[in-house]
Amino acid sequence: MAEGHIATEHTASHPALQHHFENLEQQREAGTLGMWVFLVTEIMFFGGMFLAYTLYRTEYPQAFASASNHLSWQLGALNTGVLILSSFTMALAVYSAQMGKRRNQLVCLALTILLGLTFLVVKAIEYHEKYVDHLIPGRLFPGNPFNPGKVHLLPGASANNVEMFYWIYFAMTGMHAIHMIIGVGVLSVIMYFAARGRYGPEYHNPVEISGLYWHFVDIIWIFLFPLLYLLGRHLEHGG
Amino acid sequence: MKAFETFETPAAARVNYINAQYGLKSWLLTRDHKRIALLYLGSISFFFFIGGLYAMFIRLELLTPQGDLLSSTTYNKVFTQHGIIMIFFFLIPSIPATLGNFLVPMMIGAKDLAFPRINLLSWYIYLLGGIITIYALLAGGVDTGWTFYAPYSTTFSNSYVIAAGLGIFISGFSSILTGLNFIVTIHTMRAPGMNWFRLPLFIWSHYATSLVMILGTPVIAITVLLLAFERLTHVGIFDPASGGDPVLFQHLFWFYSHPAVYIMVLPSMGVVSELIANFSRKNIFGYKFVAFSSLAIAVFGFLVWGHHLFVASQSVYAGMIFSFLSFAVAIPSAIKVFNWTATLYKGSISYDTPMLFALGFIGLFTVGGMTGLFLAALAVDVHVSDTYFIVAHFHYIMVGGALFGYLGGLHYWWPKISGRMYPEGWGRFSALVIFVGFNLTFLPQFVAGYLGMPRRYHAYPPEFQVFNVLSSAGASILGFGLLIPMIYLVWSMRYGKHAEANPWHLPGLEWRTASPPPTENFLITPIVTWEAYEFAPPEETQVIGKFKEETEQA
Amino acid sequence: MQTSWIPFVPESASTVSGKVDALYFYLSGVTVFFTLLISGVLIFFVIKYRRRSPHEIPRPIAGSHKLETIWSVIPFIIAMSMFAWGAQIYFQNSRPPKNANEIYVVGKQWMWKIQHSTGQREINELHVPTGRKIRLIMTSEDTIHDFFIPAFRIKADVLPGKYTTQWFEATKPGIYHLFCAEYCGMNHSGMIGSVIVMQPTEFDNWLSGNASQQSPAVAGQQLFQSLGCVSCHGANGEGGRGPALAGLFGRKVFLTNNQTLTADEAYIRESIENPQAKVVSGFSPIMPTFQGQVTPEQLIQIISFIKSLQISNPQSGTSTATTPNSKIETRALVPASQTGTPGAK
Repeated sequence: MAEGHIATEHTASHPALQHHFENLEQQREAGTLGMWVFLVTEIMFFGGMFLAYTLYRTEYPQAFASASNHLSWQLGALNTGVLILSSFTMALAVYSAQMGKRRNQLVCLALTILLGLTFLVVKAIEYHEKYVDHLIPGRLFPGNPFNPGKVHLLPGASANNVEMFYWIYFAMTGMHAIHMIIGVGVLSVIMYFAARGRYGPEYHNPVEISGLYWHFVDIIWIFLFPLLYLLGRHLEHGG
Repeated sequence: MKAFETFETPAAARVNYINAQYGLKSWLLTRDHKRIALLYLGSISFFFFIGGLYAMFIRLELLTPQGDLLSSTTYNKVFTQHGIIMIFFFLIPSIPATLGNFLVPMMIGAKDLAFPRINLLSWYIYLLGGIITIYALLAGGVDTGWTFYAPYSTTFSNSYVIAAGLGIFISGFSSILTGLNFIVTIHTMRAPGMNWFRLPLFIWSHYATSLVMILGTPVIAITVLLLAFERLTHVGIFDPASGGDPVLFQHLFWFYSHPAVYIMVLPSMGVVSELIANFSRKNIFGYKFVAFSSLAIAVFGFLVWGHHLFVASQSVYAGMIFSFLSFAVAIPSAIKVFNWTATLYKGSISYDTPMLFALGFIGLFTVGGMTGLFLAALAVDVHVSDTYFIVAHFHYIMVGGALFGYLGGLHYWWPKISGRMYPEGWGRFSALVIFVGFNLTFLPQFVAGYLGMPRRYHAYPPEFQVFNVLSSAGASILGFGLLIPMIYLVWSMRYGKHAEANPWHLPGLEWRTASPPPTENFLITPIVTWEAYEFAPPEETQVIGKFKEETEQA
Repeated sequence: MQTSWIPFVPESASTVSGKVDALYFYLSGVTVFFTLLISGVLIFFVIKYRRRSPHEIPRPIAGSHKLETIWSVIPFIIAMSMFAWGAQIYFQNSRPPKNANEIYVVGKQWMWKIQHSTGQREINELHVPTGRKIRLIMTSEDTIHDFFIPAFRIKADVLPGKYTTQWFEATKPGIYHLFCAEYCGMNHSGMIGSVIVMQPTEFDNWLSGNASQQSPAVAGQQLFQSLGCVSCHGANGEGGRGPALAGLFGRKVFLTNNQTLTADEAYIRESIENPQAKVVSGFSPIMPTFQGQVTPEQLIQIISFIKSLQISNPQSGTSTATTPNSKIETRALVPASQTGTPGAK
């Protein structure tokens, strides 16, 4: 259907232009809007879990504080720092792509991926600690049933509700980790194409929208960290 | 008759999206929105057929008050699976994924949706979700009701809940991706001159539907996922045995599932707006009111989920707020009905099959909407909730509303989709049979419901039998009526009369290209210089004088 | 309102059913009116403006803001009238009368277990007198059920781990359906029963004919002793190491975390199952949990006993285990107040 095209602008001949768009500008607009809409769905997706968390935190404050206090805030804080740094390198990668600095772009992307992997490794260490402490809720590991023995229970905290905290903790951080893994995968693909010189001042939309996604996943963590790790710390010393 | 300008050349018209490429691979790997629409059409028809079979078993069982045909376990599985398949795998994708997929780009003058690969992906996701759900149904069957209420689903029912939940979770993403694609396409890919208020109302309603899809679906996705995991690990947030709150599940579930009703009925309203305007050759009365009422329904639709929980230990004040908002959401629907009716005034109305379905839609949707007011009214809802009154009400919305719109739209655009005409006589006949059968099926259920017959009952007290027999009789007529178009539409694909580019002589963009259209819809990018439904030049537009007083008196 | 002569309306046998029916008729009237109006206009237009020649193009009509306003505002006003009416009945019904007789309902797959405050137990049957206000206190042993009496136009979900209530006053003797209206599994449609409404005198006879059973309050008192509650809360709930329970129900409670709440069924239940969640100000969190040791039915009995405890009479030093109000109950509870003395068992 090549005769159907009307090359109205010079960008129409750009190799990255898909057949159904009129020009690169339209393609860029569609890509960006698409990612924003997708992020809205992500907010709703996490929103369900944030609602459940808020509800039960209010209902069982002691149990949630006890369980939360057992999490390692040091590792959580480390991961927060790692992610904020990765957002910075991601922003630099987008900037370099726009400016056409390919070497900078590759370095920044590599750093971002590396920081993302660091986050996941730290997360894995935390998960392993929970496994060793018998804090995996439910019957996921038949030989290792949940046992809150390692958790210092504040008065009024029931073991059942401590288990519920860990259930919510694993659901939320697990879902976030899956998003991180997808993010690392996407950035690896972007890096591969970047190495082949696909992105430049004229065409860099995939880098931009991957950046949007990456920042979004970071922001989710910025909410998760204080909610899961920090709230209720003061009760440990007070009680 | 007015001839509308077309954007095709006779020579090029011979190559269309159907014969551009051959072979199974060219279909399974296609990125053409029209071919993907056909893939969806095939698969949702399959699911509709399965769901219909389940409905048949329900109605057969309920012929007698004793539970004698099926065991209670089987019956519970049958109504559950009827609900799951019809809602998640037929009604939700029905119009958006088939007619919407086919027509949204064409009606705005685009070559395709913004993300063709994601569009294809959405079909595969839908299929994967469907296959997993079918597996759950065949392997053991789910008996929770389509509502999956905890703690029954998490603790008491069988473990196939996990597979069914996973299937729904996965198919949810297909819905999200479709909605995302529509929103981006409508925003960024309109042809030159196609401004927002020149868009056909079909597009407005799909825009509103997409909003609901992207905002609501993620919530049901995470909810059923958590439910499936809770079932798997025997700990979680919904079962009171572990300190959870089963009512939280109901809140999260209805936060999506109430707006989901609008996913089903809004596209149908879009179709009906097209049909009413085009088959009376008039511009729609109060275009902006109809357009914005779609958005209002989408937005308000998110604020009324609590009316499903009036008897579920929700607080009295929450109940009153949700009741108020539920009454408020009725207003935009009423505005639509009045505007459609007014559009007919002094029109040139033809009685083609699509128009018959559209008229049927208005009547049935009015009944469905008005009976919704009974459920919004707190004191009456306490009595009728979870009875057959509810069953009748939502079938009026989902079958009388969504399905009638779907069938009307399918007939209307059939020449464009297939390049063939359907047999008009059979079409009118089936519309009539379906209308009669539908009313006979569901009108008696309102009565049985107010008399107190609870839903999801396998056996029931004998005094309700008369209503159930009427209902089953109606269902057999309805089922027969639905088989007719299934047969003649397939028949017409090979033997039907060839369709012209514009068989109905309409001004819409989709009629200005060949039937079936070429792969990129238009050979040259159209430039839009006319308003929506512009049959006559704007200078002829009448400022209503006498009519205004007439209707005010009515 | 007497409605039995109207077709398609169930028997009306409670004080609210007439009110609900009146609203229902209003709604039905509006529905029929608008459905007929719209279909009438639709059919009229479709016939009058049918296409007479294939070439005709009617003159376009732009629309009218005035009409749009009219058909938005009038439906809105009608809708608001429905809202106000429905909400008013609902709101009134949501407040149980103070002097109601209490009946305990436990739903389980797939039966209704009912116990009167005077001790009579029933399964899938509920005997009630006309003219007396009855309050149902309901909970479930397994999944969600729903206690639905069509003739009374009342319905409420019955949830596990929670107490829900509804009340009614029957007006007409007869036998009416009792349905479970929330899907609860295999034999959901078998979870039905009957509500038997009797004249008060007949009902009193029925009660005395079945009086041999223990009242929930008395059963609760036995549990109170056998579970060892007496050692801290005192035999008559006068308190000790644990807070006093006499007169507790419905009163404000001050907690160690400076919060205040009103003691209701849910609070007492929580305090039995998870005692340290809400500790009364001035006491230490030493009470062990009883979760898993008491069934939902036994919980109801203990709660019923605690409700029956009144602040001790300083002269006699013994409190009487009377459940609140009503002549019949007091009469049936004569043996109960005798066993109310600790150590009598």
